[in-house]
Amino acid sequence: MRDAAAQPPHAAGAPAGAPAAVHAEGVVKSFGSTLALDGVRLTVRPGESHALVGRNGAGKSTLVSVLTGLHRPDEGRVSFGGEPAPAYGDTAAWQSKVACVYQKSMVVPDLTVAENLFLNNFGGAGAGSGGLIGWRGLRRRAADLLAGYGVDVDPTARAKDLTVEQRQFVEIARALSFGARLIVLDEPTAQLDARGIQRLFTKLRELQARGVAFLFISHHLQEVYELCTAVTVYRDARHVLSAQVADLPKDDLVAAMTGDAARSAGAWHAGENSGELSRATPLLRTGRLALEGVFEPLDLEVRPGEVLGVAGAAASGTTALGEVLVGMRAPTSGSVAVAGRAVRPGSVPDALDAGIGYIPEDRHLQGLVSTRSVAENATLTVADQLGPLGTVLPSRTRAFARTMIEALDIKTTGPEQQVTGLSGGNQQKVVVARALARNPKALVAVRPTAGVDIKSKDSLLGVVRRVADEGSAAVIISDELDDLRVCDRVLALFHGRVVATFGSGWSDRELVAAMEGVGERE
Amino acid sequence: MTETMRPPVADRTESLGPRARLRLIRWSDFSLVPVIVVLMVIGFIVSPAFLTANNLTGVLQSASELSLLVLGEALVLIAGRMDLSLESTIGVAPAIAMWLVLPTHGGRFNGLGLPTWTAIPFDLLVGLAIGAFNAFLILKLRVNGFIATLGMLTMLRGLQIGITGGKSISDVPESFRYLGRTQWIGLPAAVWLCLVLFAAGGAALAWFRHGRSLYAIGGNPEAARAAGIRVDRVTWIVLGIASLLAAFAGILYTGHYGSVAADQGNGWIFNVFAAAVIGGVSLKGGRGTIFGALTGVLTLQLVVNVMTLAGVPPEWDQFLNGAIIIVALIVSRFASGEKQD
Repeated sequence: MRDAAAQPPHAAGAPAGAPAAVHAEGVVKSFGSTLALDGVRLTVRPGESHALVGRNGAGKSTLVSVLTGLHRPDEGRVSFGGEPAPAYGDTAAWQSKVACVYQKSMVVPDLTVAENLFLNNFGGAGAGSGGLIGWRGLRRRAADLLAGYGVDVDPTARAKDLTVEQRQFVEIARALSFGARLIVLDEPTAQLDARGIQRLFTKLRELQARGVAFLFISHHLQEVYELCTAVTVYRDARHVLSAQVADLPKDDLVAAMTGDAARSAGAWHAGENSGELSRATPLLRTGRLALEGVFEPLDLEVRPGEVLGVAGAAASGTTALGEVLVGMRAPTSGSVAVAGRAVRPGSVPDALDAGIGYIPEDRHLQGLVSTRSVAENATLTVADQLGPLGTVLPSRTRAFARTMIEALDIKTTGPEQQVTGLSGGNQQKVVVARALARNPKALVAVRPTAGVDIKSKDSLLGVVRRVADEGSAAVIISDELDDLRVCDRVLALFHGRVVATFGSGWSDRELVAAMEGVGERE
Repeated sequence: MTETMRPPVADRTESLGPRARLRLIRWSDFSLVPVIVVLMVIGFIVSPAFLTANNLTGVLQSASELSLLVLGEALVLIAGRMDLSLESTIGVAPAIAMWLVLPTHGGRFNGLGLPTWTAIPFDLLVGLAIGAFNAFLILKLRVNGFIATLGMLTMLRGLQIGITGGKSISDVPESFRYLGRTQWIGLPAAVWLCLVLFAAGGAALAWFRHGRSLYAIGGNPEAARAAGIRVDRVTWIVLGIASLLAAFAGILYTGHYGSVAADQGNGWIFNVFAAAVIGGVSLKGGRGTIFGALTGVLTLQLVVNVMTLAGVPPEWDQFLNGAIIIVALIVSRFASGEKQD
């Protein structure tokens, strides 16, 4: 293979000759026509803290599923400590090799810590006779186990009463009690505050010193540098690089994630029309708009003809910002106004009347009524315009839907087709049609191209751009660089705060760095 | 391009040929029509008395009260909710109304002595109040709607027994008696009223904005909200209408039989749900039509009538009733080709 860095020459806390805690080579996994992993590899040494980073869709979570035995790889080899991986489906054997602590809690909230530790394993632990559970023995064993790993948690506490990091400790202790020597941590710090993160890291370092290896999946590159000794980067289902963290400058890491080097200069961006823009009166304006605990007071101004991008990772508060703008959620303070008209906080009908169009993040959640037809879905926001006296005339509904189908090039057998019969890209176009049906003055699109094919993606983004070119204001909220490329201006949010502002000439590297919280403030 | 992409208000109506119009009809809404035809043929074979005006009118009259509950329940189900308390509302609403207007002394049963003409308004008010309380429980307190209305079912039944002491009230006001007994143009007034209400319900769901929004609310409430539909307000109204219809059914039933029994409507809710689901209304919301619900009621009533005419011993009524529901459910599931979930 190309780079020798795939086999790190030294790893902290383990002799160089020891077999790798996990070694994966040539792993291929596809779902239908989508190639999720394309011959990737990964090596984690015993006692090492290894970061796996990559943008959305890079294949990280698929690899975790393969490494924990949830998915069977199409091709490739996986070995733990030099021995081949257990057979697919042999859960107990997998548990003795590796465990994953997910962002989502995997403990049973209403059971005690002790019960959670020995879930489905009471016989051995409870030391009861005749299949009975010996509660006292169970609690004692649990206390011993927790103490053995230096975890300060009361075994009789209910799991739901634990703090996030205590819950993570319990899950780690449970994994170790099965004999696992490799723990996968999926975004472990996402819900922790700074002190919680420090406690978690201290504990991880302790365990590392005892030979436990960690695979650390994180969007926070800062934490990668703080905790990890080695890093592997995936991009678009492929392995890009493996290296010692100490030898890898941050810029190079971000470049590896984005594949930026080649196209940072030539990438397509929105046209340069800012001179004209800055003179126009803002169409969409927010005044100290804030949602407590999610995003901090924000003053946005979007002018006619302008597309504003709001960039931010999942926990940055951008989705909530979109929902507040369109009235799905009420802000804790601040105001939204369209063309000088104040919008009643938390009222979707009023936002619609004011001229705000909304393309929601998840079309299945807030976009489509799956049991109904294309025509009905596309006309949901204009039901008051389809006939006199509160009536909705089927002929007008169909005619309206036909113009939308034509204008947005929706591939359907006709307005009467049930919307679930459409492909993902065309379903998304129906959602867009619904948002455009009222001729919005301000269009708010949250991750408008999630889960659609390349061709639909281009045409959807083209639609947003065109809406702005016709004199409306548009806001695209996304973490996809392609979505943000059509924007005239991009704000990067990190933990609910604007950390950077870019004109139309940003490079992928700068923007990703800002979203991941390692960029410098402008 | 810019012109077509953002159409103004659609003011272009197109003319469709008759064949194209035929294609747009959802045939699954009519899946029970052949079943009804088959039942009528069986009825004709079983007894010559079946195909007489008297008998068929009787079927319609006895279907009228149940059908109003089905109409209300269908609206609630399409909006993605459930209301079990309708079967108690049909009893408690007329019972309370009559208790208010009965003379304060002298009768077998003493009331509050309000003017007799207030009986119908009070009955409908009680219905609305029950609907509003259901909506308060479900939408304001956000408790589980199934259990909340189940509790209401039991509570309202108990309220009626408490007020009446478990006895029937037979001093029915003249206004009740009129609606329950009069014939208009050869058919009972109750049948005409039901037809009008069903036509209104069907029209609302097919051609009116707020009616159509029920499908969006039942199909995906979040999407409906994102599209600017006032989901909670519409659901309040629907729950109110359903209870109002049940209270009105109570007037017709009481007027028809000349008394309010303590167990009026007891156990009906199973037939109400059965009729709605057989008629193609989804228990998960967002799917179904008023016409389908109507065919569901007619199917159930015809079966009962045919069995009576065939001289099935009454001890077997219950068994056959249940069996028929299951058979009709299976028939309608495969006739429409849609999973009933």
